[in-house]
Amino acid sequence: MKTPWSYRQFLGSALGMLFMLILLIPSILSPVLSVPFPEAQDPVFPRKMLAVLALEHLWLSLAAAGLATIIGIGVGIAATRPAGRTFLPLVRDASALAQTVPPAAVLALAIPFVGFGFQPVLLALVLYSVLPVLDNTLAGLENLPSAVLEAAQGMGMTRFQVLLQIELPLALPVISAGIRTSVVINVGTATIGALAGAGGLGSPIVAGLIRDNPAWVFQGAAASALMALFLNGILGRLEKSWASHSKVEKT
Amino acid sequence: MTLEWKKVSKRFGDKQAVDELSLEVPEGELLVLIGPSGCGKTTSLKMINRLVDPQTGSVLVGGRDVSHVPAVELRRHIGYVIQHVGLFPHMRVSENVGAVPKLLGWSKEKIEQRVHELLELVGLPPQDYAQSWPAHLSGGEAQRVGVARALAADPPVLLMDEPFGAVDPLTREILQREFLRIQSTLGKTVVFVTHDLDEAIRLGDRIAVMNEGRLVAAAPPAELLLNADPFIRDFTGEDRALRRLARLSVGQALGDATPMKSASRRDASVGAIRTDATLKEALSQMLEAGETSLEAFSPAGRSMGTLTLEDLLERAAGEVAS
Repeated sequence: MKTPWSYRQFLGSALGMLFMLILLIPSILSPVLSVPFPEAQDPVFPRKMLAVLALEHLWLSLAAAGLATIIGIGVGIAATRPAGRTFLPLVRDASALAQTVPPAAVLALAIPFVGFGFQPVLLALVLYSVLPVLDNTLAGLENLPSAVLEAAQGMGMTRFQVLLQIELPLALPVISAGIRTSVVINVGTATIGALAGAGGLGSPIVAGLIRDNPAWVFQGAAASALMALFLNGILGRLEKSWASHSKVEKT
Repeated sequence: MTLEWKKVSKRFGDKQAVDELSLEVPEGELLVLIGPSGCGKTTSLKMINRLVDPQTGSVLVGGRDVSHVPAVELRRHIGYVIQHVGLFPHMRVSENVGAVPKLLGWSKEKIEQRVHELLELVGLPPQDYAQSWPAHLSGGEAQRVGVARALAADPPVLLMDEPFGAVDPLTREILQREFLRIQSTLGKTVVFVTHDLDEAIRLGDRIAVMNEGRLVAAAPPAELLLNADPFIRDFTGEDRALRRLARLSVGQALGDATPMKSASRRDASVGAIRTDATLKEALSQMLEAGETSLEAFSPAGRSMGTLTLEDLLERAAGEVAS
């Protein structure tokens, strides 16, 4: 079932698209940037094209979100099975505690141990962004109607069938909201990755801060913010189309 | 298929949930398990499909000890209906009803045909309901789907745990009547848990009363209502004589006599009663009209004889189960 696009959604997407085009094409970006930043010598970040940085950034964030999703759902399922239930309070506490640590701190703490480059940043991002997925997986699997589970078990489904055919589909809307949060967090946090030499849209921000060039800071920040908004919108729409298909909500 | 509990006990922590329960259910019987909450009736029921395993004793289904049958296999051949139905909210009604056949690996066409049949059976026209989502059903409709789902693979045994406990009284009565109709054609071996005595009397071929994990009595409704055991007398209440009358129809009291002679069609006005009314209703009508006899008419309007207050007194005092 298709949910119709509202006028506002359409306008938002169109504006976002236009904005992104401006950011990605240097010959357009340069004159646009010189309006708000007239004193900048070199308004467009020269070391790499913004489009390339955006791709690096996207790859880093999505790789981290993908790993976080696999780990989060896996641990979430394991902790809600009869055999893993003993660890449920532990997992829950660890997840709640880690959520209170800001991502920049995770990265700062990670660098001394894992060094610089793509992989340590990926690790730090996964560590931080696994939490929303795990949290939502636990919430989704723990709050299923008990009558439904009893019926499934009572009719002769195996544990695995109950998980695959009943529990996961019913928890999917909650879990996918967690994945979306994880992606958005990653896109924002990955800018800090530039400090650890992972490239991405954080590079112009860091360079701009060091060289006192607000135009560079602006293009890195704007591009990553735009990317987060886009991904959030796309994933949100996916969730909605699943929810309207599964008709879990009462009318 | 017969069922049997053999000296079955189950303890949860400090609480003896079921204490040396021994009871047999012959093939095709509708046994009602009743008792105050916490008496062990649901636990006993769940031992049959191994949702609960007893600590001592054994449970036999069709003569086989269930502990020797893989739980998943066992459950696919035992229908299970629960109070809160537990329909799968992300599946359409047809998928819900077809769930067990699908587990059993039936072909798509066979499942579809079976779903169609079952929805007809429980009074939900397939063309209106097969594609519905559970969230859009009323409580009564949902439980009809629940019953259809339990019957899907034509299991010889049906377990029902307070199936009509969560619907309004009017719907409950309709569902009970419909279920009796279905049961009279299918003749399953049914174990039905309830805490509603009226429901037990209306549905049960036999009622087993439990208290604190023990079986207090197991008898057909009419006999149970005459039982002198203090717990049973207390449980059946001061109006047990009325309950006995509610169990019998006017037609049964008159011995299903052949129609006397065709009379002019009359509706149930003062002084007349239909043969499918209960004796309780007959008594009420006598009291209201201040009469000691009523003329009985078949639903088709034929005169079936005269029901007197003496007939009622005789029946209420304790008749042999008919």
